[in-house]
Amino acid sequence: MNENAIVFEKVSKSYPLYHHIIGGIKRFIFNIPGALKAIKSSRYDALRDISFEIKKGETVGVIGRNGAGKSTTLGLIAGVMKCTSGSITVNGRVAPLLELGAGFNHELTGRENIILNAVLLGLNISEVKERMTSIIAFSELGDFIDQPIRVYSSGMLARLGFSVAAHLNYEILLVDEVLGVGDQQFQKKCYDKILESKQAGMTIVFVSHSMPEIEKVCGRVIWIENHTVKQIGETKQVIDAYIKAQENHG
Amino acid sequence: MNKRLRHYIDLIIVLTDKEMKLRYKSSILGYLWSIGHPLALALVFFVAFKVVMKIQMDNYALFLICGLFPWQWFQNSVTVSPTLFLNNASIIKKVNFPRNIIPFVSVLQDMIHFILSILVIAGFMLAYHKAPTLAWIYGIPLLLLVQFLTAYGASMFIASINLFFRDLERLTTIFMTLLFYFTPVIYPVSMVPERFKFYVNLNPLGPLMISWRGLFLDGKLELEPVLFAVLYAILLYTLGSFVYRTLSGRFGEIL
Ligand SMILES: Nc1ncnc2c1ncn2[C@@H]1O[C@H](COP(=O)(O)OP(=O)(O)O)[C@@H](O)[C@H]1O
Ligand SMILES: [Mg+2]
Repeated sequence: MNENAIVFEKVSKSYPLYHHIIGGIKRFIFNIPGALKAIKSSRYDALRDISFEIKKGETVGVIGRNGAGKSTTLGLIAGVMKCTSGSITVNGRVAPLLELGAGFNHELTGRENIILNAVLLGLNISEVKERMTSIIAFSELGDFIDQPIRVYSSGMLARLGFSVAAHLNYEILLVDEVLGVGDQQFQKKCYDKILESKQAGMTIVFVSHSMPEIEKVCGRVIWIENHTVKQIGETKQVIDAYIKAQENHG
Repeated sequence: MNKRLRHYIDLIIVLTDKEMKLRYKSSILGYLWSIGHPLALALVFFVAFKVVMKIQMDNYALFLICGLFPWQWFQNSVTVSPTLFLNNASIIKKVNFPRNIIPFVSVLQDMIHFILSILVIAGFMLAYHKAPTLAWIYGIPLLLLVQFLTAYGASMFIASINLFFRDLERLTTIFMTLLFYFTPVIYPVSMVPERFKFYVNLNPLGPLMISWRGLFLDGKLELEPVLFAVLYAILLYTLGSFVYRTLSGRFGEIL
């Protein structure tokens, strides 16, 4: 039996600085040796030697300054990127909570977008159809569900996205700073849903800059600083240390 | 059915459905709009070469139509390919799904559109007192498959490479213009001077376009161009999927 949902062992991730060639094929062709050398020599270390374990059913917060490497960590968990060294084990299906409107098409209606988004995120068409009523009910969009989503406000888009996410098949949910939109009442609903998934035994990795949010949902917290793990532990402890460090920095 | 395969198929269905909805949003107008382009081109070439230059050919208008429609499919599929992955950056960076679905669906919906426009070709043929033949029954599906593989391979290749060299869009447009005039679409192979004939088969699109026109105009498939077309389809598909597979691991970090 495997208790761990996610294991990072000495994981490092460096990004090649592709902008040397993104400049264009013309520049590349006219300066091939220079370009190749630039690609090889200029890599940017986004994560260095990161190790942690997340148990099944845990809700873990990830905090750190902008550019610390939080989104990179989630990208590695989701499998959209590979690490440069080290090893990553993920047990269970992963679903990301997408940012506002990602994967949506603005000309299609809310209902059409639900099917599109849910299938992209791993459901079969038959599964989406079974869950459609429930998804629409959760979104509270009422008659707007058959309007093209270009008429939606950002709060309504967030509702649509979260409603889809709440009905996916996954064991691991990744949330990267996306819960800041929508009205109070719907935000509360989102948190309730997250707490409910937690109760149901989901593993959740939660990136946020809002310490109250982190305190509300997370059992443990990973603090990433300078591209490596600064501290892992009980939520309260890590947050206190983090806040103190922020104050000292000015 | 295998669960992954089921999901793969569902992804194709949903994404194609989306493209079709967007394209035919105002259904009949959408259709007219997109057959309008090859028809307008046909008119331009007819005026230039038949009316003005007096090309010595019978049924030149029909000849143009039979070549321009399949060409337009290939051209559309290739021209949009540089932006395919770029336009889906937000999900490619977050969701781990098979990304070659995107070029697949793009070419598929262009193909569906081409199939619909065969009606227009058939209509023109009737106007010229020609009728579809039995060879269409196997010829059309065969050439559809061949052109699908050719375009899908090219699309995967360009879409993947363009993430790394972001200036392929204009290069592709220029290349397609050149390819168009080097391919016997608006002129017959028989008019190509003897010493250049050899080069027609070096053009990956030449044999395919010759096959389409032979099928529509003469109602039959010639073995040689079909064999060349199949060969190029396999080559381009192999090249495209090789490049895609080599680079796709990096899509998440380059977008
Ligand atoms: N695709 C990329 N290519 C190059 N550098 C990147 C890429 N993505 C992120 N980075 C760099 O890696 C570092 C970590 O980024 P990220 O994980 O997004 O940080 P966070 O989410 O904690 O703000 C940043 O300095 C960022 O500039
Ligand atoms: Mg981030």
